[in-house]
Amino acid sequence: MKGKLWRSGWRTIIFIACVLALFIVGTAVAGGTLRIACMGEPASLDPHKVTSQWENDVIGDMFVGLTTEDPKTNAVPGVAESWTVSQDGKTYTFKLRKSTWSDGTPLTAHDFVYSLQRILKPETAAEYASLLYAIEGAEAVNTGKAAEDALAVKAIDNYTLEIKLTGPAPYFIQLLTHYTAYPVPRHIIEKFGKDWTKPEHIAVNGPFKLVVWLPNTHIKMTRNDKYYDAASVNLDNLVFYTQEDRAAVQKRFRAGEIDVARDFSSDQIDWLRTNLPKETHIAPFVGAYYYPINCSITPFSDVRVRKALSMSINREAIVDKVLKTGELAAYSLVPPGVSHYEHPAEVTWKDVPYAARIKQARALLAEAGFTADKPLLLTLKYNTSENHKRIAVAVASMWKQIGVKTELYNAEAKVHYADLKQADFQVARAGWVADYNDAQNFLYLLETRTGPLNYSRYSNPAYDELMLKAEVTFDLDRRGELMHQAEALAMVDQPLIPIYHYVSKNLVAQNVVGFADNSKDIHRWRYVTLK
Amino acid sequence: MATSSYLKDRLNGLDTTGTIKGRSLWQDALRRLLHNKAAVVSMVVLGIIIMLAILAPYLSPWAYDSPDWGYDFPGPPDAALKHWFGTDGNGRDLFVRTLYGARISLMVGILATTVSLVIGVSYGATAGFLGGRVDNVMMRIVDILYSLPFMFFVILLMVFFGRNIFLIFIALGAVEWLTMARIVRGQTLSVKKMEFIEAAHAIGVSNRKIITRHIIPNVLGPVIVYMTLTIPQVILTESFLSFLGLGVQEPLTSWGVLISEGAKQMESAPWMLVFPAVFLALTLFCFNFIGDGLRDALDPKDR
Amino acid sequence: MLIYAVRRLGSAIPTLLIIVTIAFFMMRLAPGGPFDREKQLSPEIEANILKAYNLDKPLYRQYLDYLGNIVHGDFGPSYKYLDFTVTDLIVAGFPVSLRLGLSAILLAVILGVTAGTIAALKQNTTFDYLIMGLAMTGIAIPNFVMAPMLALIFGVYLSLLPVAGWGGGALRYQILPVVTLALPQIAYIARMTRGSMVETMHSNFIRTARAKGLAEHVVVLRHALKGGLLPVVSYLGPATAAVITGSVVIESIFDVPGIGRYFVTGALNRDYPVVMGVVIFYAVLIIALNLMVDLVYGFLDPRVKVE
Repeated sequence: MKGKLWRSGWRTIIFIACVLALFIVGTAVAGGTLRIACMGEPASLDPHKVTSQWENDVIGDMFVGLTTEDPKTNAVPGVAESWTVSQDGKTYTFKLRKSTWSDGTPLTAHDFVYSLQRILKPETAAEYASLLYAIEGAEAVNTGKAAEDALAVKAIDNYTLEIKLTGPAPYFIQLLTHYTAYPVPRHIIEKFGKDWTKPEHIAVNGPFKLVVWLPNTHIKMTRNDKYYDAASVNLDNLVFYTQEDRAAVQKRFRAGEIDVARDFSSDQIDWLRTNLPKETHIAPFVGAYYYPINCSITPFSDVRVRKALSMSINREAIVDKVLKTGELAAYSLVPPGVSHYEHPAEVTWKDVPYAARIKQARALLAEAGFTADKPLLLTLKYNTSENHKRIAVAVASMWKQIGVKTELYNAEAKVHYADLKQADFQVARAGWVADYNDAQNFLYLLETRTGPLNYSRYSNPAYDELMLKAEVTFDLDRRGELMHQAEALAMVDQPLIPIYHYVSKNLVAQNVVGFADNSKDIHRWRYVTLK
Repeated sequence: MATSSYLKDRLNGLDTTGTIKGRSLWQDALRRLLHNKAAVVSMVVLGIIIMLAILAPYLSPWAYDSPDWGYDFPGPPDAALKHWFGTDGNGRDLFVRTLYGARISLMVGILATTVSLVIGVSYGATAGFLGGRVDNVMMRIVDILYSLPFMFFVILLMVFFGRNIFLIFIALGAVEWLTMARIVRGQTLSVKKMEFIEAAHAIGVSNRKIITRHIIPNVLGPVIVYMTLTIPQVILTESFLSFLGLGVQEPLTSWGVLISEGAKQMESAPWMLVFPAVFLALTLFCFNFIGDGLRDALDPKDR
Repeated sequence: MLIYAVRRLGSAIPTLLIIVTIAFFMMRLAPGGPFDREKQLSPEIEANILKAYNLDKPLYRQYLDYLGNIVHGDFGPSYKYLDFTVTDLIVAGFPVSLRLGLSAILLAVILGVTAGTIAALKQNTTFDYLIMGLAMTGIAIPNFVMAPMLALIFGVYLSLLPVAGWGGGALRYQILPVVTLALPQIAYIARMTRGSMVETMHSNFIRTARAKGLAEHVVVLRHALKGGLLPVVSYLGPATAAVITGSVVIESIFDVPGIGRYFVTGALNRDYPVVMGVVIFYAVLIIALNLMVDLVYGFLDPRVKVE
């Protein structure tokens, strides 16, 4: 009776276990497919609608601009075979190679005219359009003051393109490697509108073509044989996984399910250095992590308050204890090592010992009217991430020493950056990664005319004047000097608190060859081979 | 006969001068509860945890929100530095934070359950008492709501209206009141049919007084049992919200927050997960055993 | 039976309407929208975009338009995934979530009922305590701890199963997510079954069955189980709700492309059309499931007259 029931129970269990075991097969890696965890879901695959690094990873091998990156991210000829620059540095003439889109349609200079007009047209609402303001007419078109043909980008003939700039911009050739300057297929967009990026419609001119996009799952690409340099591309396929949970991605990497992980959580660094030393890649990276302060509201419009907040942060402690991955404590906005700008302008109190700085900070706050009974209350906003939280908590405890009561508030990146652009914050966390190797890319964030990306709403006519002068200066060293003066002004005013300068963190499997650490943390998969 | 003389002796030995103390139902229940070993041990353990939570500031030299800059971030347990449970990713002492977390988790559990109690009892007693079509409609609504993933609305509330700790109580309480309402309504229905209620009606006692003075006290038993079983549910739900990033704000902490952080560092800093998780599991076990014990004690035929 | 089903369906429509209305107005009244980034645009451009998203009309008109659209299956564009419509996302994610959820419930019922029944039959023995102890553990360890633990053990240390991903639904990708999702429900169902079976086994009709000389396994399987399963059946509704809630965590840790994740990321990103779509979708699902549960209940318990 009971026994029989028992035995049949056990038999069922064993049977189920065997069935399960039969289905457990080991993973096999397909030769020629690189699996990348890009740490975020692209908002879109339309180069005119994106703004972030993970999108760059995905889009950057689908389209190639006039110039493109080499493995060390130097600008090399792309669709443009060669170019000439006028004497005053303001007119560029590009000779394009004869190439086609992936569907065979010829790629001509008219495609570039169309693309640059499209990204600057106000209707496209491209968030990154301001990057192209160096082109004459760009700002006017983008702010709706002129029609798109006012843009100084002209097709002289099918394979010759002329671009006029507002002033000599030495970084312009580098700028053209950025995705805002990519060509987009006019013939596809005009036919399919918003759906042009769907795999069944899309046409690309780069080494890889989109095959599948399952949102929140993966993005699959396969090699584009119509790419003008297809012979040099070794991989057959790319797969991007968009999971954001860094702990889970790290586990997948260890299990061999992912070949490249484009970020890892800082708190894992000790474990990684011990257990995966060859796979852990850390390199200096031209990017700044800073806390903009909203200068347009009281009491943050008072420079004493801003200075006190900045002085009382012990950046070395943050970098050594909280981050531990070799980041550099920052006392300037621009990171060191930028071309023609080796030594940025730093705050004047950098070498004052921390204890003395705390005292001075307290004194400044008292001067500004804050006492123990009437302490400074502020809300510190950051976008949701373990690292940002830990830094914010550390900073809050440092500010507690000078009597500041901090409330922490976190939101998703999209919401957080929207708040920043609308100046809906008191003090917040922000990061800026260089688009091209030039100090202007950082310093323009503090110009009045920059608009929403100048989160602090800093407006200093002397600063603006210096930057405008620099824009039209041809001598690169003189130009660097002018920008240095501007940055020095900003470091006195402290509209933002520099915290640290980035390092790039990647996990790269040992059989991946051709992944070169570089200061922009841009990696083009067309140069990668799987051993 | 032997028995009758035995009986006579016993009868003679009885002291009939004093009053005979009767045993109320509550005392019966209490006795049964105290004989339930699991429940008694649980009550003791829970008492210890609550004591620790209350005495937290006195048990450690470290404050719950200040980082220990001289030690690792996070650092393993070190008795010399009085970091009994180690430190977390921001260098804050984990022992103190676990106990402060206990405060928040327990407070959320108890207060949210109280909210669900208030809503559930009023709703259920009213439905059961009024009966008929009103009861039908009210219970239909409960049926419909019962299977909706309430969590979704809670998440929306938290996202839109900020992360006030009071909002958390109310939102979590609003998730749990349904079963309470059902239980109370069931009990009310059966009590309502009893004769003493008819008598009260006949005398002319108002409906409201009948509900508050007669029905509710009789309903109390199952309600208490259910409350004890809801508290661990709420604590778990709060930990789920914390995992999503919608729990209590820094520098306050709860077990849910601590465990979410610890889960991310399971291998590299296991102490961050183990200690809060053990506390959470112990507390959940205790409440469940006490709840089971109460249920057995108050309703012996359920054994 | 049929009339009952139709009547229940009838009461489902107003329920759905209420849910849609509440969700719609919550979304419209909440802060944020698709164009927080567009402050820099001129008023004409902003007006154009509002028109494109249908946000320039008065609220009640927007509401009616929305209702009309969803009847046609058009839930609008996503504010975050610019290249997709909400319908695209739900259509892609729903089969995955369905599979995940159903497998979890099935596993939970099978294992839970089996464990609970065996524990009830062997009441107060070591086996009973063991099972109930394990059940308690399943309840006391939150799924966002269980998931990474199992992924670590089976995916990294033992290399038996993939750490994450869905692999198009291949079985080995399903095992960890389904098991982790099912664990708390296995625990609840086991406890519930045990309690109810203990009670049933002591009732009169079981004594009669035994007295009739029926074999033990017939007594249990054919007679006791039907009655003992009643509380489990009525628990199926909330169990499904719990599985749906739990799937949010499971999907993000195991990178499963279901729609549970869309809800949370939608709420956190203020991607309202997606949130609305997911809420409505789940509401429909749950109402349908409840109806089925009621019918099953009627089948199992002949005392319940499905009028």
